[in-house]
Amino acid sequence: MTTTATEVPMARRRPGREWLIGRGLTYLAAALLALFILVPIYLITVSAFTPRADAYVFPRSVIPTAVSADSILFFLNASGVIDSFWRSVIVALITLALALLIGAPAGYAIARYAFRGRNGYRLVILATRAFPIVILAIPLAVTYRLWGIDDTILGVALMHTALALPFTVLITSSVFVSVPRELEEAAQTLGCSPLQAFLRVSLPLTLPGLAAAAIFTWVMSWNDVFAAVILTLRNPTLPAKILTALPQSPISYQFAAGFVMLVPSLVVIFFIRKYLLGLWGRVVK
Amino acid sequence: MAEIRVERVTKLFKPVRAVDDVSLTIADGEFMVLLGPSGCGKTTLLRSIAGLEQIDGGRIVIGDRDVTELPPRKRNIAMVFQSYAVFPHMTVFENIAFGLRMRRASKGDIDRQVREAAELLHIENLLDRFPAQTSGGQRQRIAVARALAVQPQVLLMDEPLSNLDALLRLEARAELKRLLGEIGSTTIYVTHDQVEAMSMGDRVAVMRAGKLVQVGDPLTIYNEPVDRFVGGFIGNPPMSFLPARIERRDGGAVAVLPDAGEVRIGADDGLGGHTGPILLGIRAENVEIVPAADGTMLRARVLVVEPLGSHNLVTLQVGAEQLKATTRPDERLERNQEVGLRVDPTHIRWLDTEREVAIGADHAAGPGGGQGAVTPQERDTDAPAAGA
Repeated sequence: MTTTATEVPMARRRPGREWLIGRGLTYLAAALLALFILVPIYLITVSAFTPRADAYVFPRSVIPTAVSADSILFFLNASGVIDSFWRSVIVALITLALALLIGAPAGYAIARYAFRGRNGYRLVILATRAFPIVILAIPLAVTYRLWGIDDTILGVALMHTALALPFTVLITSSVFVSVPRELEEAAQTLGCSPLQAFLRVSLPLTLPGLAAAAIFTWVMSWNDVFAAVILTLRNPTLPAKILTALPQSPISYQFAAGFVMLVPSLVVIFFIRKYLLGLWGRVVK
Repeated sequence: MAEIRVERVTKLFKPVRAVDDVSLTIADGEFMVLLGPSGCGKTTLLRSIAGLEQIDGGRIVIGDRDVTELPPRKRNIAMVFQSYAVFPHMTVFENIAFGLRMRRASKGDIDRQVREAAELLHIENLLDRFPAQTSGGQRQRIAVARALAVQPQVLLMDEPLSNLDALLRLEARAELKRLLGEIGSTTIYVTHDQVEAMSMGDRVAVMRAGKLVQVGDPLTIYNEPVDRFVGGFIGNPPMSFLPARIERRDGGAVAVLPDAGEVRIGADDGLGGHTGPILLGIRAENVEIVPAADGTMLRARVLVVEPLGSHNLVTLQVGAEQLKATTRPDERLERNQEVGLRVDPTHIRWLDTEREVAIGADHAAGPGGGQGAVTPQERDTDAPAAGA
């Protein structure tokens, strides 16, 4: 009898300590993860704004001693860099739009409708990514020439859309699965057509997930070098430009290029971020 | 307000006939409960009436419109879902206003009707909140208010109380009954809870394996179940069934129970001249336990006594079978005590041993029974008089 009496406060104290340790470990892991992302960003940024002469000093000081925009300005003023920068932005935006316009309905269909061969379809979508793009390169370049879309913004955007679509479809389908079908059905009994039910109920509820799919698509297009190098010659995207121009450039310009590559992605993620987090503190079920 | 006619509706889910040739007419303003165990097709039938399922055969008429081919939005119905399906990204106000906005009601009308619906369900203080900030019981009210706000011809409810805890459910049940009585809309209410069905419905339609088994007012269903399934499904405790033989002696009938004695049946027996093996369906409250048995009674032995406050539930051994009976709470009975049973033969339900169907009843689902096209009118007139 007395043992149970003493065990009760013990049992209460122990989870407290475990909880603290658990919390500590969680924060530690989060901090490590954040550093893993932030340290390279920081080093690139610092190096990009270091005067050219300091770039070769080793060991480098972690805190910048002198700040200079020389490298950045020089890089931006190099011929074709600004053009290819905008080209990349436009390609990525077209890719984003196309991938979501085509991919989200496909994802919705996979999530909502039980049709024959649904699982096989899902697998086939993924399998397209298993096909090595290197093998595709030559036929693709030839086809693009025949169609007259080689070396164009649209051409690259189409290629990026094709590359991004499998993931867009799979991500959006898992997003739509999370919205109970009954919500759409309720909207339909209250006067919505299926499309209206989707637009008024499912779409607002899936914005966070769709935002994640959008970020993924953007990053995929923005980072792509291979397709861009194959498909462009005089009108390269930024990564293609950097890849062809920079091996011969001093290291300070390489950091400057890295920084210029970095900033637009950060800006995009910053704007999409607010949709990533649930807007309504929602409990769907 | 409108009458609903379900005519020979069939819905297939691949190999299963989820709803199998069901016909049912729900009168204008009637509260009809679809009752049955899970998987019996009651929700599928409700969703078919809502237009959320395309039916594979038959016709659905609401008012005087054939709505079989119409999408849900054109059927002038409203539905309350089991999960409530409250829109999480809208405030309670916007949830209730949703149907009105879709009908392009004026701002003033929307405001007025939302407030009316909210007041009916006592949630007017929640209108600015999001559903995540409300409790389960409140969400259930929001769902009902949202359905009522559009003033539908027909209100469909799919187990709206099953996600509430027991105490809240009891309260919500009475409240919902009062509310729907006031509004007087034609309502179809799906539940697997026979107490809910009994307490709320004007009539109850019992379903099993896609078929309609019995339709009637709650007391008829309770006292005159059409077969063993209905008797065993409705009532707490369920009806007990005892096998016996009917013998004819000196102008009267006698039910002989193996190793337990016999029950004398009067001339007006509801047996229709039946002799031979039979199944007796007996409700617990129609058994009177007499501590000292005499020769005219059934003999039984007390197995378990469960005091439930308002009454005691007694399980008795009668021959090789078990029988449930209720007694007054102050009745003293010991385990293994030998007792006598007095059973009023007019309260006994007689069932065919083979088909386990009530004798004289027109049975929809049983083998060799009617082929499903049983309208409630037929059911009412054909209901046997035994035990009435």
